[in-house]
Amino acid sequence: MSSKIYTVLLADDDPDYLFQVAFFLRRAGYEVVAVESQAEAEQVIAKIKPDIAVFDLMMESDDSGFVLCYKLKRRYPDVPVILATAVSRETGITFGLNSGQDRDWIRADLYLEKGVRPEQLELEIKKLLKI
Amino acid sequence: MAQLKILVVDDEPGIRSGVTRILGNFHMTYPFMDEDYTFKILEAATGEEGIEIIDREMPDILLLDNKLPGIQGVEVLEYVRKKNYDIVVAMITSYASIDVAVRAHNDGAIDFIPKPFTPQELKASIEQITKQQYLRRITHKLKVEGKKVRFQFLSVLSHELKAPLNAIDGYLKMMQERQMGESVDDYTSAIERSLQRIESMRNLIMDLLDFTKVSFEKQIEKMQNVNLRELVSMAVVTVSPYAIHKDIHFVTDIRGCETIWADPNDFEIIMNNLVSNAVKYNNTGGTVTITVDCNDNEFSISVADTGIGINAADKDMLFEAFSRIKNDKTRNISGSGLGLSIVRKVVELYHGVINVESIPDRGSVFTVIIPTLQVTNIKTEL
Repeated sequence: MSSKIYTVLLADDDPDYLFQVAFFLRRAGYEVVAVESQAEAEQVIAKIKPDIAVFDLMMESDDSGFVLCYKLKRRYPDVPVILATAVSRETGITFGLNSGQDRDWIRADLYLEKGVRPEQLELEIKKLLKI
Repeated sequence: MAQLKILVVDDEPGIRSGVTRILGNFHMTYPFMDEDYTFKILEAATGEEGIEIIDREMPDILLLDNKLPGIQGVEVLEYVRKKNYDIVVAMITSYASIDVAVRAHNDGAIDFIPKPFTPQELKASIEQITKQQYLRRITHKLKVEGKKVRFQFLSVLSHELKAPLNAIDGYLKMMQERQMGESVDDYTSAIERSLQRIESMRNLIMDLLDFTKVSFEKQIEKMQNVNLRELVSMAVVTVSPYAIHKDIHFVTDIRGCETIWADPNDFEIIMNNLVSNAVKYNNTGGTVTITVDCNDNEFSISVADTGIGINAADKDMLFEAFSRIKNDKTRNISGSGLGLSIVRKVVELYHGVINVESIPDRGSVFTVIIPTLQVTNIKTEL
């Protein structure tokens, strides 16, 4: 990792998952802003520009993650976003970012299954930050 | 405005043009239908031509003459049934002999229109048929949506069961890799959180068992006189470790009657859920007031708390399975999101209602009202 300290905005309403991922990333040298709700994430976005964001899809509402992606991208178009959700594995509903149409409305750069191990998540973060 | 396609299969051109003329500018409305219906008429002179048009145009209604030059009307009807097409069939015929009628009816023809018919007779038949078709489709839609609801329930359920496993898994890995330090003391909160997640998972499984019990295992022999005083004190005892921790004070008031004829399991579910919610969503040092009352007509349980309350906007989703109101105030309160949906199911089993009155930050009152007569009669209905 380079000398720059990257800031990760992390939003997930499962306090344990949030704690574990935040713990892992902090140990790996990232600055982590961890919040448990869409509302808090919006407040953070208004104040600071993270280097990357990881959002859970379903928080206060079923589409919290989508709303956050949209708001973050509108304010900081260059900040990569990872959307982590349990939607596809458990419901069979699939969506990815492969087609242009999907990219149009899901304003995330990467879509991950929830329950992804912190190590894997960090790999994906590094890829998106190009480090 | 919706349009239904009607196919007339008749070798007499006069009948075909008659139907087209009569129904071409006919439209019907019903209060229970979402929209008006108009009709587009298709014509076929033979059974063979009819089948061709059926395959191509997929009409909603088929008016079928039995006596046709080639294959007979009944054979067209059989074709429609074999293909499982969603088409309502009415026979138009002057030769409606008993065995044709029986055969046609067995094959699913729902109506007979005698030939010759007046415009009024034809319109009346079509109205009848359209209504049936509409009801059939609505019923089918509801069945499909019922499946969808169950599917959603299962997918949310699997998520709710997996999330705690992932959390515990994560903490165990942190311990295994000594990520937080060498001493077990470094993991106090990780262990504490794991135990909490296990506890909430256990509660979810218990609630699920209640949920399935309520739906399937209703047995007459379980009906008995339930002592209300015992019921209330059991619920208070069950929740007391938590209540003592939060310094909650109970007030109980039982008036009117001492017992109720019911399945004690059901009333334990109602009482335990309402009382434990009243503690869970209360403020430290708060009060829970349990009032049980009955008269000749109805029996009521009301449980009032002095807690965080519920927004008017959130009230509607309160009784849905797995719905949990997520906000700053509920964040640290764990729950399966099943409790109140189970309570409502039980209450509805007794033909009762449950409602809630609430003022945010002041508290909520949940009231269950069950007709006394129904409680006595439920034995025969179950």
